[in-house]
Amino acid sequence: MAETTAPLQLDPAILEGTLDCVHCGLCLSACPTYRITGRENSSPRGRIYLLRGAAAGEIEFGSLVADELSLCLGCRACETQCPAGVEYGALLEEGRAAAARSGLRKGWGPRLEGYVLRHLLVYPRRLHASFSLLRFLQKLRLDRLGALLLPFLKRGQSLLPPVPAASARQRLPALTPAEGERRGRVALLEGCVMAELFGEINRATVRVLAQNGYDVVVPQEQGCCGALHAHSGDMDSARKLADRNIAAFSADEYGPLDAVVSNSAGCGAALREVDRWLPGRGDLLSSQARDVCEWLDEVGLRPPRGKLPGRVCYDDPCHLVHAQGVRAAPRRLLNAIEDLELVPHADAESCCGAAGTYSLLNPAMAAEVLRPKLDALEAVAPDWIVTGNPGCLLQLRSGARERGLAAQVVHPVELLDRAYRG
Amino acid sequence: MSESQPLSASTTPSLLDRLAAIVGEDNCLSRPEELYTYGCDGLTLGSHAPSAVVLPADRDQVVAVVAACRKFERSFVPRGAGTGLSGGAVPMDGAVVIGLSRMVKIVEIDAENRIAVVQPGVVNAHLSEAIAHMGLFYAPDPSSQQACTIGGNVAENSGGPHTLKYGTTTNHVLSVEMVLPDASVVRLGSAAGFAPGYDLVGAVVGSEGTLGIVTEVTVRLVEIPEAVETMLAIFDDVSDACRLVGGIIRSGMVPAALEVVDRRTIRAVEASVYAAGLPTDAGAVLIIELDGAACEMQGLTDRIRELAAREGVRELRVARDAEERALFWRARKGAFGAMGRLAPDLYVHDAVVPRASLPEVLEEICAIGDRYHLTLSNVFHAGDGNLHPNISFDRRNSEELARVVAAGREMLELCVRVGGVLTGEHGVGMEKRDYMGLLFTPEDLEAMRKLRDAFNPDGICNPGKVIPMTRACTEANPRARGYDEVPL
Repeated sequence: MAETTAPLQLDPAILEGTLDCVHCGLCLSACPTYRITGRENSSPRGRIYLLRGAAAGEIEFGSLVADELSLCLGCRACETQCPAGVEYGALLEEGRAAAARSGLRKGWGPRLEGYVLRHLLVYPRRLHASFSLLRFLQKLRLDRLGALLLPFLKRGQSLLPPVPAASARQRLPALTPAEGERRGRVALLEGCVMAELFGEINRATVRVLAQNGYDVVVPQEQGCCGALHAHSGDMDSARKLADRNIAAFSADEYGPLDAVVSNSAGCGAALREVDRWLPGRGDLLSSQARDVCEWLDEVGLRPPRGKLPGRVCYDDPCHLVHAQGVRAAPRRLLNAIEDLELVPHADAESCCGAAGTYSLLNPAMAAEVLRPKLDALEAVAPDWIVTGNPGCLLQLRSGARERGLAAQVVHPVELLDRAYRG
Repeated sequence: MSESQPLSASTTPSLLDRLAAIVGEDNCLSRPEELYTYGCDGLTLGSHAPSAVVLPADRDQVVAVVAACRKFERSFVPRGAGTGLSGGAVPMDGAVVIGLSRMVKIVEIDAENRIAVVQPGVVNAHLSEAIAHMGLFYAPDPSSQQACTIGGNVAENSGGPHTLKYGTTTNHVLSVEMVLPDASVVRLGSAAGFAPGYDLVGAVVGSEGTLGIVTEVTVRLVEIPEAVETMLAIFDDVSDACRLVGGIIRSGMVPAALEVVDRRTIRAVEASVYAAGLPTDAGAVLIIELDGAACEMQGLTDRIRELAAREGVRELRVARDAEERALFWRARKGAFGAMGRLAPDLYVHDAVVPRASLPEVLEEICAIGDRYHLTLSNVFHAGDGNLHPNISFDRRNSEELARVVAAGREMLELCVRVGGVLTGEHGVGMEKRDYMGLLFTPEDLEAMRKLRDAFNPDGICNPGKVIPMTRACTEANPRARGYDEVPL
């Protein structure tokens, strides 16, 4: 039977939060992993109950609890169903941090993840150099060879697009002036993966914001937002990174900011949580954080002149719809593009399985989660699939390619940018 | 945790092995941490861990699991999504939980004949979503419909706000396929809706999983009405809202729903993701929904206005469109969970009283709550006289827990005294088993026991539910009496 171990130590505020759950179960059907496994332990209510039981010393805080925490995608679809307002995301991060402290995150996956997160992601220059190396390997086709020899690299290889040339991975200019009548000034969070793999989307974001009358500043001291660290339970690193960004975005050399804009749902959600990670110090940054679509919608999009004939499906990134509550804004922006037809597809608000590093660490479950979404998209057969998060872009691109869908998978600002340009 | 020992390798290795062989290792749970979550359902008054949980994929696996449990003399209990509020899915005596969460196929939709055949794990709301494009819906709509399963609804004879006009689950189930506790498979009723002989489907619907395990359900589908009008009648006093309910029913109208939400509930919901702009300073809101032919809506709405004015309504707000209507209903249906904001635990009571006595009974119930110093809120199906007093509490405080149980008992006694019954839609389960004597004579209960024994003669299927133990049995084993004796 259960060996007696010390009860799980949870932050008292977070433990108190679990008590808001009255076990009503409304979250169950919203949970992708419960829908697939049918196991209540793989549901939000089950995981909350496991943590509560472990904190009360009624069950062992061991590998089973840790595995269920790892299996969670962190999509937070349960939070937008929870009438009691349980902050599941915070609880998950806390539980994973406790699992990490107790040495329950085992295996090569979490270890490699920990290394990449702590030693590469936090240093922009090392990260840049790593992507340069990756590009070099891709050019020599060594990535394919690696995936053949080492099966665990296969998923990463199939997810990763060709790394763009170094010239396309340069930092954005520190200041891009507004076009037309000036409406204000915003800062842009470049993001780490966004900057290396999706520089083109970053540049499109700057153009679209400038087009809408905003000076766009890109503080050069900024870095990774810490979202992936927090999700994996490494709260110390997450706080350090948040601290660096608080300093970077509060430097007043550009004058006051109207917003700190992000074009990555995961990063935006993390910025919004900095006030929880660093109470007081993080309040300003959290209050200024906006997703690019949300911001453009909030201030009023300048209607683009160009037309874009075609059909588009908008797929909600979990960290935009569930973590930040942004649902209508991106759809309204797309509707503002002439000749572009927004067509609904089933389960737009459910997770695609990307979930940060999840699709690399749990490829089988990630594929199961993605499958019904691909079915829904296949049934509608759009010209574009639009989503505003780097992980989702990679996951949907790789899924669409494997499924043989004709649709291009793009970020909403890319379509806006095209519409502005003509 | 349960007083019974979990199945472990040393006690019954072969039963666990057998179960795992039937459903697969991944779908057979036996570690204490895995079983912990299955110790309760939506009722958290007490927890009784199962000895194992199996998640069969189809009927044949259910048959094999039942046969294995029988062979090893281990009781079993079916479970849907575990959203029930009377502990119906709680495994007593170390029973094996047979979870139906993987049997989620909609087998057939026959729009022509307006029926659907579903597996028991299909989520209630998913069925309506799947048939909406055909202009049809599945009428029983319990507040947990976004998560609860059709199989669970059959077990509990679930109702919901629209019960007033459309009836409960029993009015919508035509036929069931069922694995009996002896592992045989029977089909009861017929898709045609007329089955000669005894109404066994009627016996099975609402039997709370004590007669067998339903593995397929044929349900009636209903046409989506041409027009729907949803109104919020806002009152300063909850009694006036109850009086309007009486007035509407007396007038001969049959609204689709009449739901009262009191002030404390409004405040909890408005603080949640289900906020719908309900006025937080109101004493109560009565949600009135009318549906039917478009041409009759104006006349009905006018009559409601007139009746509402007579009861001193502060404001009558009409939902502008389908979106706002959905918002109102989400608020109503999220109310239970929203109570989590008031205290860590919630005990949802369920009793039915004659509609005419609603104002007085409600007042008396609030007085009971006050007398026991409890936080009480009311949100209920007023049109049916189906009350849901919600008591918020903290189960870690045993003294408070004792008051919760005592107050609950007084409330039930009150409801029975005025001619009501113990439960409208949540079932008896383990929660109200020992209150059955308030309503039924020993002879009545004996008749029920005989019915159960015809299906489930040795009580191996969902033991300890619905029917109280005999006196002798209770004296011999006081812990088996249920929650008012067992420390919760």
